[in-house]
Amino acid sequence: MDIALLSMLSITAIAAIRLRDLFAVTMLFGIYSFLTAAFFLTLDAIDVAFTEAAVGAGVTTVLMLATLRLTGRYEQTPKHSPLIPILVVCITGAALVYGTLDAPTVGDPEAPSQTHVAPRYIQQSADEIGIPNMVTSVLASYRGYDTLGETFVIFCAGLAVIIILGLQDSGEIHPGRSAIGDQLVLRVVIKMLLPFILLFALYVQLHGDYGAGGGFQAGVIFASGFILYDLVFGEGDARLIIPPNWLRRMAALGVLLYAGVGVTTLIMGKNFLDYSALAESPTAGQHLGIFLVEIGVGITVFSVILTIFFAFSGRARIAVKTGRGGS
Amino acid sequence: MSHFPGLFNYWIVIFLMMAGFYVVISQGNLVKKIIGLSLFQASAFILYISEANVDGGHVPILEEGITLYSNPLPHVLILTAIVVSVSTTAVGLALIVRIKETYGTVEEDELQEIDNAQDEADTPDQKQQIAEEKEI
Repeated sequence: MDIALLSMLSITAIAAIRLRDLFAVTMLFGIYSFLTAAFFLTLDAIDVAFTEAAVGAGVTTVLMLATLRLTGRYEQTPKHSPLIPILVVCITGAALVYGTLDAPTVGDPEAPSQTHVAPRYIQQSADEIGIPNMVTSVLASYRGYDTLGETFVIFCAGLAVIIILGLQDSGEIHPGRSAIGDQLVLRVVIKMLLPFILLFALYVQLHGDYGAGGGFQAGVIFASGFILYDLVFGEGDARLIIPPNWLRRMAALGVLLYAGVGVTTLIMGKNFLDYSALAESPTAGQHLGIFLVEIGVGITVFSVILTIFFAFSGRARIAVKTGRGGS
Repeated sequence: MSHFPGLFNYWIVIFLMMAGFYVVISQGNLVKKIIGLSLFQASAFILYISEANVDGGHVPILEEGITLYSNPLPHVLILTAIVVSVSTTAVGLALIVRIKETYGTVEEDELQEIDNAQDEADTPDQKQQIAEEKEI
């Protein structure tokens, strides 16, 4: 099973290198992401598989297609000889393979990565945090600092895209006019699916303590619901539901909520992001803290992903209007 | 080769990583370069998740009667890294869109030519002229 998936990954990667049609390459990249997600599933990493399927196969592909619309579909044949790059790649690869010969085999329970901090998370998180999903307790509580940092990175990336592309629109929104034309089947299917997609996102957000899920996945799924709506129901229609101005504030609000929980615990006399200060018993405090922090993450991820999509799609409409952009 | 099945994952990871690396250093189209970087990134994700796996282990969600779980720490690192990767990829793509608008191309060779041509055109006389125009 593993070997089959990994071979398919390699074949997809080779095909992606050889093709000159960037649209096909983007589609292959989507397939590559889905295969990666399936592979993560066989390795017991359901939370990660979940995220990869939503992000890699969904959002990244849409963003790349939006870019291709602006920059043109075909790439030129390279003028340089591929010999030197191939040589460099082979030497680097050989050095890395040589490095793996000493590495512990996959699945070895005695490997250094399994014996350091992992036993504590596995054996004591039930008593210390009190929620079943270890990934969530490590993410939001043991490693809350890291996650706060990651949320800030996402926020900054959203800011950078707004600065580079701008959130302005051509001013004209055409309700019901979609770039892909009037697709009746798609419209009906999306109309039926959309409530369930949004409901599922909320479930993933709120159920992250007990099963696979959490703020990161929920934010991405919620955003992709809106992206789907915008793609099928018309250019800029999603902007009517959630104006870009709100999104910017919401992105900041999520980060503030996360950092605010940290500051609150400081004020209550415990360490930064030590949630046991928040309630009577430590585990109740952990529950509340993780809940709030995950909501902060979810809001930020949702608004940043949707902001990025709005920035790209708004740019495409301006390009079409003024005659700039790709063929 | 008693190691063979155990190290196979790593070798595929290295292969995918090198495939991404090759795209980045050999191909001229900037969008393709970003796709190469994403391939590279995804291979690093596979490396971490392979490392987290334990033989006979279980999904890291506590359940009664199960004591052997996969390592949750790499899962956390990669989960956040995936979402960060989409945001940073978006920043790269946004820059490419602006390059296309300014230069009219996203091929590295052509960009280099346009830049060189501009540098040659910028003789001291012209620079002075431009500076004077700005003052006015």
